[in-house]
Amino acid sequence: MKHLRFGFITAPIVGALWMPIVVTTVSIAASFITGDPYRPSSLFSLIFWGGLIGAVLARFKFNDMILAVIALILTGATVAGLGPMVIEKGISIASILASVVMAASFVWSQQRYVSGMPWASLTRHEFEEVVIRFLTGAGYVFFTAIVLIPFFVMVMTSLKSQQALLANPLDFSLDLSKGMDLFRSYSELITDFNFGSYLYVSTIVSIATVLITLLFSIPGAYAVARLRFKGQAAFSRSILLIYMVPMIVLALPIYIAFSITGLRNSITGIVLIYPVTTIPVALYMLQGYFRGLPSEVEDAGLMDGLSRLAVIWKITLPLSLPALASVSLYVFMIAWNEFLLAFMLLDDPSKFTLTRGIASLNSSEIPRQHLMAGAVIATVPIMAIFLGLERFMTKGLTAGSVKG
Amino acid sequence: MSPSSLHLDGLMGGKKMAISMQPPSDHGALAKREARLAWGMLLPTISAVSLVVALPLLAIFWISFKPVSLSDLRAPEMVVKEALRVRNETARLEYRVNNSSQDAIITGASFQDEIPASITITGDLPENCDLAGQRLNCDFGDLEGGFRERLRIDVAVNGDVDAAELAAESSRPSIQGDTDYILTNLEFSLENFVRVFSASDFFEVLWATVFYTVFGTIGALVAGLFAAILLDNNFRGQGLLRGLFLFPYVAPVIAVAFTWVTLFDPFSGSANALLMQMGVVDQQINFFGERPQALIMVTVFEIWRYFPLSFLFILARMQSIDSGMYEAADMDGASPFQKFWFLSVPQLLGILSVLFLLRFIWTFNKFDDIFLLTGGNAGTRTLTVSVYEQAFAVSNIGAGAAVAVVVFFCLLVFAWFFFRFISQEEGL
Repeated sequence: MKHLRFGFITAPIVGALWMPIVVTTVSIAASFITGDPYRPSSLFSLIFWGGLIGAVLARFKFNDMILAVIALILTGATVAGLGPMVIEKGISIASILASVVMAASFVWSQQRYVSGMPWASLTRHEFEEVVIRFLTGAGYVFFTAIVLIPFFVMVMTSLKSQQALLANPLDFSLDLSKGMDLFRSYSELITDFNFGSYLYVSTIVSIATVLITLLFSIPGAYAVARLRFKGQAAFSRSILLIYMVPMIVLALPIYIAFSITGLRNSITGIVLIYPVTTIPVALYMLQGYFRGLPSEVEDAGLMDGLSRLAVIWKITLPLSLPALASVSLYVFMIAWNEFLLAFMLLDDPSKFTLTRGIASLNSSEIPRQHLMAGAVIATVPIMAIFLGLERFMTKGLTAGSVKG
Repeated sequence: MSPSSLHLDGLMGGKKMAISMQPPSDHGALAKREARLAWGMLLPTISAVSLVVALPLLAIFWISFKPVSLSDLRAPEMVVKEALRVRNETARLEYRVNNSSQDAIITGASFQDEIPASITITGDLPENCDLAGQRLNCDFGDLEGGFRERLRIDVAVNGDVDAAELAAESSRPSIQGDTDYILTNLEFSLENFVRVFSASDFFEVLWATVFYTVFGTIGALVAGLFAAILLDNNFRGQGLLRGLFLFPYVAPVIAVAFTWVTLFDPFSGSANALLMQMGVVDQQINFFGERPQALIMVTVFEIWRYFPLSFLFILARMQSIDSGMYEAADMDGASPFQKFWFLSVPQLLGILSVLFLLRFIWTFNKFDDIFLLTGGNAGTRTLTVSVYEQAFAVSNIGAGAAVAVVVFFCLLVFAWFFFRFISQEEGL
């Protein structure tokens, strides 16, 4: 690493590494938005432009005016076909805009990477500072892209027609002139594919699961956390152990038992079985929280003549409302997203949950946009809850779950 | 001895008499009551969980030793349907007898039926039947699999025909017959296990499981660590990004799995179109349909979907590291990477190892993701997918159960490791 620690070496290298990332990102975004082909140019061109601008920015300290001029030059070269990004469709407002975005984001981010860096030899600190800035920038771009692209594709595919998708899989531009017709796959799902009923069933099942889970796990968790009895430690452990048993191992006998007793294909059966998968999780989360509550408050209640159950009802539960919210949300999420049991136990379309309904859309006769519209319908409610109550949700996730 | 000490002695003696000086034992009335309350509060959970976890586990062990297929689930039984047919003044009582199973034998099969008073038997009885008063008794001996017969008896109807019909059909015959129900008999065989271990693709399944579990776990951990480092800085929009990074985990697996399948479709997928446009590849790649990339892709999906969890835990741990340590390191002139290696990493080692073991177990258990992405084809069949495949696609429940038992034993080994090496650490 020592021979890299010179400004005139580090800066061009960072520029040459950063340029392909910026160009690829902008190309993908521009292709998705406009449907026109954009792509990074040859490796030589990427390294040349990235290295050159990286070196220049490190050598001289520019103000924003001159940075704008550099960005303009890069834009001009790109539009002229000499730059790091290739525009195959020729010059248009969209392609000029894409070039400007590419050039500007490269120049300013590169400027931030190398700002304050000496031209000649670097100390270890200065060198690592630049490397970290570069890695951070690349990391943000990378993670944002990998998370956003699938969700973007999901939403956009649901709004397109099968023919348009086959003709150009990269074109996610929206034909706004179609108006409400854009949402045709959604209205068809509701009217022809019974998705209204699936939504209803999923909601009922998830809420019932949350209520039953709380009913069972609150007393259980309290007992494990607060009361002294023989086998407490063993019990604590077995909760975690049960929590590790894979569902597929249990699903087989459950399927047999449900077939024999006639609970298969009924919402009652689903409501009976879901809480059992969530009780261990909830128990585990809640006992952790109850342990953290100061026991003095409860002791005071006991001294004042309240019974244990009254103490739980009047003191412990009000104090643990945030934890209950987290647990409820987490359990709701598990029940809402559950696929395996619904898939195995439900065959009757009038009793499908959302996830089971989506699974039934996965056939070659049903166009892709319907499948994606179904995916969006299942994702949006849980995302809305998640974003609205993120604080509780994140707490819930960290408290109880390395599970998934 | 001074009077005051004497007085004190007396006082203590008095106290000794009043209450015991021994420390409270564990078996006092209060402790007992507390324990009773605890068990009472745990009872609903224990019974529910044992009903749905312990019982099925025992059932899995039981079934794994039995050669049973999906169609054997219903016990074979003798079915008797009774009907009174009246045509042109002649009435006939008809019994249709059959064996519900195509291959199981029912031994000692017989039925009795009370014939209503409004019906009198006029014709001959079938040879294996006799009549005692109004009670008909038919004995069939052994019913072969797929047995099917019609018994017809001529009768005379006194009074209203419809009422007689109703009376005849509403009196259900009582049925006897012993059968050898495969799920409850005491025959066991190792056939299922032999089949599982000697299957030609057993090692392929094992390899897919190991690859998926090891690389999925490590990948998610490393990606999560990187994401956590990114978000450990304070900047505007940090909360937004943190929420965004959790999306893959929060969204329903079926939605994101099908999105990936759409995205990487060999013909209409954007990923292929993108790669071709960028000039990376010349022809479409069948990402989820061909070896070896299918296994790599499902592992990448696993990393993508579960890095948010590792990220959340690692970030929480990072933010609880005392910042004074970093200030001290700054004073000593430590560089950023040195601070990371020599301060952060040792602090994170605990949570990283806990995460590794737990994620390892849960990745090993994972079924939905692979099932939805590839259905276990193209060399992506892991042990858990194999359970489903055997039990439902091949309809061999016994073999599926045998694989499930193998999965369960692997799990026990992992759990032992977990409790042995981690347990008390990090409060998990």
